[in-house]
Amino acid sequence: MNKDFKLKTALCAIGLATFGGAGFADSGDTLASVKERGELLCGVHPARHGFAAPNSKGHWGGFEVDYCHAIAAAVFGDADKVRFVALSSQQRFPAIQSGEVDVLVRNVTATLGRDTALGLNFAPPIFYTGTGFLVHADSGVKTVEDLDGATICVAPGSTTERNVAQIFATRGMGYTPVVIENNKQLVDAYVTGRCDALTKDKAALPGVRAYDTENPAEHVLLPGIFSKEPLAAAVRQGDDQWYDLVKWVTYATFNAEELGVTSENADDMKSSDNVDIQSLLGVTGDYGSKLGVSEDWAYNVITQVGNYAEIYARHFGPGSPVELDRDLNTLWVDGGLLYGFPIK
Amino acid sequence: MTHIDGSDQRGAKPRQTLSTLLYSKSFRTAVTQVVMAAVVIFIGLFLYQNVVENLRAQNIATGFGFLEQTSQFDIGEKMITYSARDSYGRAFVVGLLNTLSVSAAGIFLATLIGFTVGISRISSNWLLSKVATGYVEIVRNIPVILQVIFWSVLLRNLPNARNAVEMYGVGFLTNRGLTFAVPATHPIHSTMGIALVAGIVLAILGSIWARRHRESTGTYVNMLWPSIGLIIGLPVLVWLFGGAPTAISYPVQKGFNFQGGVTISPEFTALLIGIALYASGFIAEIVRAGLQATPKGQIEAARSMGFRPWFVTRYVVLPQALRVIVPPLTSQYVSLIKNSSIAVVVGYPDLVNIGNTVMNQTGQAVEAIAVMMLVYLTISLITSTFMNFYNRLVAIKER
Repeated sequence: MNKDFKLKTALCAIGLATFGGAGFADSGDTLASVKERGELLCGVHPARHGFAAPNSKGHWGGFEVDYCHAIAAAVFGDADKVRFVALSSQQRFPAIQSGEVDVLVRNVTATLGRDTALGLNFAPPIFYTGTGFLVHADSGVKTVEDLDGATICVAPGSTTERNVAQIFATRGMGYTPVVIENNKQLVDAYVTGRCDALTKDKAALPGVRAYDTENPAEHVLLPGIFSKEPLAAAVRQGDDQWYDLVKWVTYATFNAEELGVTSENADDMKSSDNVDIQSLLGVTGDYGSKLGVSEDWAYNVITQVGNYAEIYARHFGPGSPVELDRDLNTLWVDGGLLYGFPIK
Repeated sequence: MTHIDGSDQRGAKPRQTLSTLLYSKSFRTAVTQVVMAAVVIFIGLFLYQNVVENLRAQNIATGFGFLEQTSQFDIGEKMITYSARDSYGRAFVVGLLNTLSVSAAGIFLATLIGFTVGISRISSNWLLSKVATGYVEIVRNIPVILQVIFWSVLLRNLPNARNAVEMYGVGFLTNRGLTFAVPATHPIHSTMGIALVAGIVLAILGSIWARRHRESTGTYVNMLWPSIGLIIGLPVLVWLFGGAPTAISYPVQKGFNFQGGVTISPEFTALLIGIALYASGFIAEIVRAGLQATPKGQIEAARSMGFRPWFVTRYVVLPQALRVIVPPLTSQYVSLIKNSSIAVVVGYPDLVNIGNTVMNQTGQAVEAIAVMMLVYLTISLITSTFMNFYNRLVAIKER
């Protein structure tokens, strides 16, 4: 291969990228391109313990990471066919818009603005939380009202940044924001005392306390949740088939918990008389082919990843470093907000 | 080949034909320019159209209408009033002013340190020159982003507000920044500012008059003390006439932070020190090169004529050194301004930091980046224009 040829190929590639609009992925056919590629590209948080973080061996683990695995299990029948793309809060939207990732499961709060102006579609929320505050125990701050005049560390480009402004404005209090993109630098600024409080989604703060502070006992979470943060998987607008699949994988995990189907008993449950269970596990109906995947899609999700309760317990359950009450994240039958649409 | 312009060999009246036009150099140059410009404009339009169409196909919002929407986020450091109820456009202005203030302070500090170290480099004092050399090699060979993070981490590990280091009763040093006492705000201050500007203008006019006077009569008038008197005296006079207000606003620890006084944030300081020291290393080398560009013979000649060392520096070395120093100094200033965008790493709310937030809140990445690029381009071009103007002032003039 001569030099000239290589140069021409390179020039062609650059030309295509700029002029052909290859920078923006074609809408439609995400499922086909995922299948052809042989792996799912999943956008995740670089380090939010409990939700998504690489462990000491470099393997990704966490609640949101498991939802990436669940989608891969539905598409390929193999939960491991995922490549994780770590995205900062500022990189996440361009990454999904440009087709760099197929799905964004990265602590994204579903809002009207993002749904419309950013050209996204949100699957059903998989985690309900709100803005929380972590403060130094020795500061004597007991409630958010005690924070008048405080310096608050906050990540840029997050809904949290707006929430803080609103929370303080409605209480007629003042504050000074310190806005740092790099998560390590941000947490460090709080820990060293540059800020009086660190604000993030309340569900993310126990992870910060457990992993990023020297002595977790010196930091306390303020009581109360101060905004609505429904965290949901996001896909590009204009590809209904792919949107449907992500949506129904989410519902399948809710329904499996409701029907009592777990990764342990799924095989036995296949012989159940319950039509809902039969539909879920692909024993009856052609729901898989309607979604464009195999009939045992939900069975694969449940056996390889688990139902909602199993996924939750794995990362936030008793004994995990980031223990969290299920709170709003319980089934509707238990008074929570998780309500899986029927697979019929 | 003396008749390339097509004039007739036999001296008849030259005729304009198509072929003579084609061979005319100026015509061909003009055509090439027009074609080039057309190609550039076409490519630009094509790319713009491509972006707009792609964004529309993706259902992503476009246009600059978002600049007038309410921002709904707060900014820590601001030079003009700003709240979450103001617009994205105003947020950009807050960021721009922060960029300008850290850049201006950076240029001042870098120039001061750069000139000092540059002169020390060629000092005959062995220790001084070696220390200066070591400084230059350290600051210009470590990436500027690492230097900024280094200062930021260092400042963050200062004592917290409760264990503040008190400095002679006028200020406190904590990891929340340097807080110090300032005169309490008084209406006379703005008038004093005007008096200061007037003093500076009068001093400049005075020295121009002194030079003309010297050139026409040959008598030397020392304008140093009258100038200092004008610059300091006028504001002091205004202050005295205004009733000499002496109220001082002392910082007092109250709640989470200090009340009163003025606070310089650690983010600003870390960024300022980082980018200024980095640039000072390069400026020192530029200054050294400029000073060494003056032939030694000229300096010796000037000394042998009995001029004092200060006079030799002012009228023999500097005019020639500045000619060499100013053009590369311009590019250092411009690169310092651009380096200020490292603010994003330490959390100083500069143009890029705020632009990033705006980009994320609105999702209009293309427009937000375009605004930032345009602003940096404008600042840099203005700086270059000003420095080129200064360069023409100090350049050797044919008389």
